Amino acid sequence: MTSFVLNGKPVQVDVDPETPLLWVIREQLGLTGTKYGCGMALCGACTVHLDGEAIRSCVAPVRRVAGKRVTTIEGLSTDLNHPLQRAWIEIDVPQCGYCQSGQIMSAAVLLAKKPKPTDEDIDEAMSGNICRCGTYPRIRRAIHRAAEFAAEKKVAR
Amino acid sequence: MSSQMNGAALLDRRAFLKAGAAAGGGLLVGLYLPAAGGELLAQGPPAPPLVPFAFVKIAADDTVTVIANHSEMGQGVYTSLPMLLNEELQADWAKIRVEGAPVDAVYNHAVYGIQMTGGSTTTASEWDRYRRVGAAARSMLVQAAAEKWNVPASACSVEKGVVLHRATARRATYGSVAEAAARLAVPGDVVLKDPKDFTLVGKATRRLDTPSKVNGTAQFGLDVSLPGMLTAVVARAPVFGGKVASFDASEAQRVPGVKAVVQIPTGVAVIAERFWPAKLGREKLKITWDDGANASLSTSRMLADFAAQSASPGAIAKKVGDPASALAAAAKKITATYDVPYLAHAMMEPLNCVVDLRPDSCEIWTGTQFETLDRLQAAKVAGLPPEKVQIHTTLLGGGFGRRANPDSDFVVEAMHVAKAAKAPVKVVWTREDDMHGGWYRPMWHDRFAAGVDAQGNPIAWTHTIVGQSILTGTAFEPYGVKDGVDSASVEGAADILYGIPNLQVDLHSPKIGVPVQWWRSVGHSHTGFSVEAFFDEVAHAGGKDPYQLRRTLLKEQPRMLAVLDLAAQKAGWGKPLPAGRGRGIATHFSFDSYVAQVIEASVAKDGTVRVHRVVCAVDCGRVVNPDTVKAQMEGGVVFGLTAALKTEITLENGRVQQRNFHDYPMVRMFESPAIEVHIMPSQEKPTGVGEPSVPPVAPALTNAIFAATGKRVRRLPIRASDLAEGGTKS
Repeated sequence: MTSFVLNGKPVQVDVDPETPLLWVIREQLGLTGTKYGCGMALCGACTVHLDGEAIRSCVAPVRRVAGKRVTTIEGLSTDLNHPLQRAWIEIDVPQCGYCQSGQIMSAAVLLAKKPKPTDEDIDEAMSGNICRCGTYPRIRRAIHRAAEFAAEKKVAR
Repeated sequence: MSSQMNGAALLDRRAFLKAGAAAGGGLLVGLYLPAAGGELLAQGPPAPPLVPFAFVKIAADDTVTVIANHSEMGQGVYTSLPMLLNEELQADWAKIRVEGAPVDAVYNHAVYGIQMTGGSTTTASEWDRYRRVGAAARSMLVQAAAEKWNVPASACSVEKGVVLHRATARRATYGSVAEAAARLAVPGDVVLKDPKDFTLVGKATRRLDTPSKVNGTAQFGLDVSLPGMLTAVVARAPVFGGKVASFDASEAQRVPGVKAVVQIPTGVAVIAERFWPAKLGREKLKITWDDGANASLSTSRMLADFAAQSASPGAIAKKVGDPASALAAAAKKITATYDVPYLAHAMMEPLNCVVDLRPDSCEIWTGTQFETLDRLQAAKVAGLPPEKVQIHTTLLGGGFGRRANPDSDFVVEAMHVAKAAKAPVKVVWTREDDMHGGWYRPMWHDRFAAGVDAQGNPIAWTHTIVGQSILTGTAFEPYGVKDGVDSASVEGAADILYGIPNLQVDLHSPKIGVPVQWWRSVGHSHTGFSVEAFFDEVAHAGGKDPYQLRRTLLKEQPRMLAVLDLAAQKAGWGKPLPAGRGRGIATHFSFDSYVAQVIEASVAKDGTVRVHRVVCAVDCGRVVNPDTVKAQMEGGVVFGLTAALKTEITLENGRVQQRNFHDYPMVRMFESPAIEVHIMPSQEKPTGVGEPSVPPVAPALTNAIFAATGKRVRRLPIRASDLAEGGTKS
């Protein structure tokens, strides 16, 4: 039995502890927003947060997250109101959409660390996420836009 | 899909007249009217009357659900189809929902005659139909309200989902009269708005599917889950056409969670409770393969064979004037050969298919571009009549042609697994399975000769193409292959727009055991490169500016000339660039759309290419959603850059050598250039958007590399080793 906190809620799963977190989240816990793309940490479609850091869940055995906090795309907000979600919607980033959960989860860690990222920061933080549809120019714009949204929110507080 | 296949109708046209059933309360309305143009209209039966059907459902709560008969794979049709329909329906846009269509002849492509998505044709297919559906529904809603109020329908108007009778200040929401409207006769004909009165079509509109794609709720095929569902992976032959000689499943069966290991026509399926045990089980399989006839396939040998074949002309695809004499008389002769590799589609969502097979019926959930064929072929495996097989088309995590498989390979295989599983089952392809699964863009070899006169003007052009036929052996062969020429092999070469008085394009179609298929822009994906790169060579050989020579030879092609000028002007053609940078230009006509691109690139000392800026101009006729057109142009440029810079599928000993994104790499964020898209305003009929921006990318880039370095790139992908200082000029 492996226990961890998923999107703020404690969960327990009875599974081979070597099973990648990705498949536990998708199949045992029923949250399918996190995607399988390569199984080798090459494409970033499976990106989730482990205690606030971006990890590739396709290569993370579930035992690694025991007792820790995991956040998936479903845990980013309950109302599409996260600055990244707002920016992604405003700029209409997704095409097929399959990679976007991973893109957004990578971008979320970037913004948490660098509230005003430069293009170079974006290049670096997003280099592990592939988009076959080629939405990179919009992802870049949307990250800058999300940074503005987040700054406005802070001022409003 | 080949863009030259317009007019192909695969199924008995009587199928169009057959009315199907549609469930659900409220108003259901649909109709079949073939799209304007197309051979189908000319050859087919008279247009059938409006048939009540299911293109739009209006619920009592005023929710309007548009049924999309084309698959959403990123190209935005789950927004553009509702836009077309609601331009006429005039419901409240905030109340619009969208749903994929079930399989039924009423949803057939208006030109191709089967239910499918491809060939960059959704807008061309549905431009009329979805507006007519919307207009018919609106007229029925108005009629229902008018009858309720006992006033003439002509005295009523509509506004944002409400029928109004201003004289008596009465109003009825669409939802409140939908049920009554559904009982009315469908109007015999409808009058459509003049395009100048459009309020939705042509305006940048946010995609309806975006919210679900940023919070994890969007449902792709891989996300489908059914009660009691098992998951399977399949061990497939390492060589195309190989068969299982024998296998030992004893260790695989001991993996906890593995339920069954069964032989199926394509290999050995491991069926388990979930994906991970299925994959672990597969790793424990011991299989002896009979490799069959393809065990010695090798890319290097194919390259040599193709080059040898290109030395003599093949089947004639196009001949104008007397190219041989013109070449002989030319002041200067230019020759070159070009090579491009097999390419995998590599959609981010690997192939998958869920099947629930019961004794008397079958349901399939998958992201497909080919519903009609998939259903026919699945029914054959099940031994059921096609109407007992239903396909639920999910969102597609990318398609690029791979999910329109002429053999329905990923569906048929899942049917075989389902027969063995005796439970609902999801077949999952790993990335490696998907990469090794074949159905690639063919590899191509192109041999050119051109002659210019004393002033540098091209007077002769010959082009010999060598590569596998995609259409031969498929249901599309009768429509796309004539006199030994597959239209999909020569599109973009036999129909070049340049006015060259003496021209020949011919084709060799070697038969090779590697399955090949349409891949975003199909034949244009190689002719765009070879034709436009060689054109650049011819321009330089004749001492001409490549942009100006294109202008000269396009003087009879006003639409292409206009996008060429637009791209050149926006890119600042001829203006100084930072040191080390070069500018390349290319045009390409495909899927009835005109595209021109200018790329700025530089090459580092180690041969690494950096793409700085891409300017793309497009004329695709009338535009439904300009922001989607922009997005497709941007995406096509990145897709084209990956093909130009990164990827190739190679074989050795019959085995595909690439496995995953480490050896089949994609362009990433830090390599993605600034991309500017300029859409030419047009009142012409709508044409392709999903594919036409791919073909000009590679040649615009290699032409830019030539401008920057003086080195010609004649094979893709571009190799740093060819461009490094001291590297060989290819």
